[in-house]
Amino acid sequence: MTDKSPLFEFKDVHVEVEGKEVVKGVSLKIFAGEIHAIMGPNGSGKSSLSNALMGHPMYSITKGEAYIKGESILEMESDERSRAGMFLAFQYPLAIPGVSVANFLRAALKSHRGEDADMSDFRSLLKKEMAELSIDPAFATRYLNDGFSGGEKKRIEILQMSILNPSVALLDETDSGLDIDALKTVSAGINRYHDDSKGILLVTHYQRLLNYIKPDHVHVMSDGKFIKSGGPELALKLEDEGYDWIVNQTTVGA
Amino acid sequence: MSESIQRQTRDLQALNTDYASKYGFHDPVDYFHKGAKGLSHKVIEMISRMKKEPKWMAEKRHEALDIFYSKPMPTWGDSELLNEIDFDNIYYFMKPIEQQKDNWDDVPEYIKKTFDRLGIPEAEKNFLGGVSAQYESEVVYHSMREDLEKMGIVFLDMDSGLKKHEELVHEYFGTVIPTADNKFAALNTACWSGGSFIYVPPGIDVKVPLQAYFRINAENMGQFERTLIVADKGSRLHYIEGCTAPVYSTNSLHTAVVELRAHEDAYIRYTTIQNWARNIFNLVTKRASAYKNATIEWVDGNLGSRLTMKYPCVNLLEEGAKGEILSVAFAGIDQHQDAGAKMIHAAPNTSSRITSKSISKDNGRASYRGLVKVHKGAENCKVSVECDALLIGDDARSDTYPTMEVDNDQVSVEHEARVSKVAEEQLFYLTSRGLSEDDARLLIVNGFMEPFTKELPLEYAVELNRLIQLEMEGSIG
Repeated sequence: MTDKSPLFEFKDVHVEVEGKEVVKGVSLKIFAGEIHAIMGPNGSGKSSLSNALMGHPMYSITKGEAYIKGESILEMESDERSRAGMFLAFQYPLAIPGVSVANFLRAALKSHRGEDADMSDFRSLLKKEMAELSIDPAFATRYLNDGFSGGEKKRIEILQMSILNPSVALLDETDSGLDIDALKTVSAGINRYHDDSKGILLVTHYQRLLNYIKPDHVHVMSDGKFIKSGGPELALKLEDEGYDWIVNQTTVGA
Repeated sequence: MSESIQRQTRDLQALNTDYASKYGFHDPVDYFHKGAKGLSHKVIEMISRMKKEPKWMAEKRHEALDIFYSKPMPTWGDSELLNEIDFDNIYYFMKPIEQQKDNWDDVPEYIKKTFDRLGIPEAEKNFLGGVSAQYESEVVYHSMREDLEKMGIVFLDMDSGLKKHEELVHEYFGTVIPTADNKFAALNTACWSGGSFIYVPPGIDVKVPLQAYFRINAENMGQFERTLIVADKGSRLHYIEGCTAPVYSTNSLHTAVVELRAHEDAYIRYTTIQNWARNIFNLVTKRASAYKNATIEWVDGNLGSRLTMKYPCVNLLEEGAKGEILSVAFAGIDQHQDAGAKMIHAAPNTSSRITSKSISKDNGRASYRGLVKVHKGAENCKVSVECDALLIGDDARSDTYPTMEVDNDQVSVEHEARVSKVAEEQLFYLTSRGLSEDDARLLIVNGFMEPFTKELPLEYAVELNRLIQLEMEGSIG
């Protein structure tokens, strides 16, 4: 444990979707440099938690607290959370027809910096980051996620993360829909982004992403709660034995 | 591309105004001639006399007025709004100055200022081959590059066209849109004034666009410009039309007739960016005839007005003719854009594509009204119709009235219609990247319009995005 205050923290967070409680009081502290993974079966509330933390209007946080660098985010709109340093890589990124990847990124960057990025600086940044993620340069002028494959969308999410360079990244099922090559490229992108000033929260169903991105802490979520936390070895055990043993164990224990 | 966006963003920042202050100003004017309100054979006679026009044209006008009187108001479309028009409370002819000028310095200061504010002289300098500026009933400034004139290209206001090329005008006037086509075509034929006359000789490619700008300044004004464009065999032309008017509490009327003829292998693109004040009734008939292997493209942007009823049409009269209509309409508060397209396939191996995009916001209403007719002998035709409507807010309305009449079975027809809302999920996606909700919504709307905007010359694309920004500002709930 460190004496420093956490980069990102939430306490006893409850989330409702359409009047139904799907997250039932979870707490977590992420310190700078840490990678946390939330694992759990489908429907356990992992994605609801990450959407709610980013400010999705359909997911309301009915109880609890959440802070980035000590500042409460719950009163912030999602754009303010983004500008405060948060990022959510979407499980299902949306298409914005007619808006090119480059123009969108430039607009997003501008909202963060409060002014237009220098054109040639932006171009070279975009070119470099796209190359790192093995994205065909032609994608810069394609309409955002419009007709993109699942894998292409995920790469574009990581591209957005690299360019906006947030302090805290919530990655929601970023590994789903990726073949092994894409998984390697995307993981490399995430590792390149990560340094000791950043915090990452990976939300994933499968362990395979964790072969490429080493978490410091793993939390198992079931029925809206964290039922077990541990180190990376927990993820491996889940891979071998599935979720049943742990879910059963806690049910019995409860 | 990105530089244009950069410029556009800068323009957007500089823009902190609304229609009233940017376009809605009006000039105090001492007209050379301002008749009385109301319409009669006497008024028509006066117009004819002032124009010193040939007898056949005077006769055509009087005949047209009788047709106008005899035809009932349309009962389709938005008849409730249509019946708000008070034909007795409109000026049918206002002549601002005695003589048209070909040098901006000779144009009276107040008029020059108006067009300066609208950026016309600058556009002329930068990228146009010729400019016509109409103020109320007549063109007050007209000029074309000398080199284009030497190529034999005729670009005149319609009044001068009739004087200098009477035989051509006589041959083509009213042939694409007959007087009795509809009540408003008849009205235009009776009191037409101004507009453009263009003739492009065989094989000539007019590489720079020609533009006409129509400005209504007076209250209760009726503007009835008449445009005739003839592209002879194998020639090419891009013509651009823009319009604005001041904001008044009572209504004005804009009723144009535009006829295009593209002869064998000719190409005409006709681009309109109309940006009327909210008190304008805009009832316009636009139609083109395309002959063998000719191409007609209507690129039609409809912003502003109280009610717009406009359905550009292409008659595909001979084999291989192509027609394309790309239109957008933005219906804001208390506005009804009843816009659409017509494609008439009268010959085999002709093809047409209609792309209609509309945005309705607040209680605005956008209707697509379209007709595709494929005649019996017109085999192997290709038809594609795509209508795309975007709704902003819960009170916005969109209707689609597509009609397809296909009289033979050797035709390929594609038809798609979509209505979408700016989705909460899309907004969340963009705001989660730091964009404010307003910026996110504007980005989605601009993206929706992109298939249209990308067809415009850069300057107009930027202008259109500014106009959309204006429309988006303010009353979002």
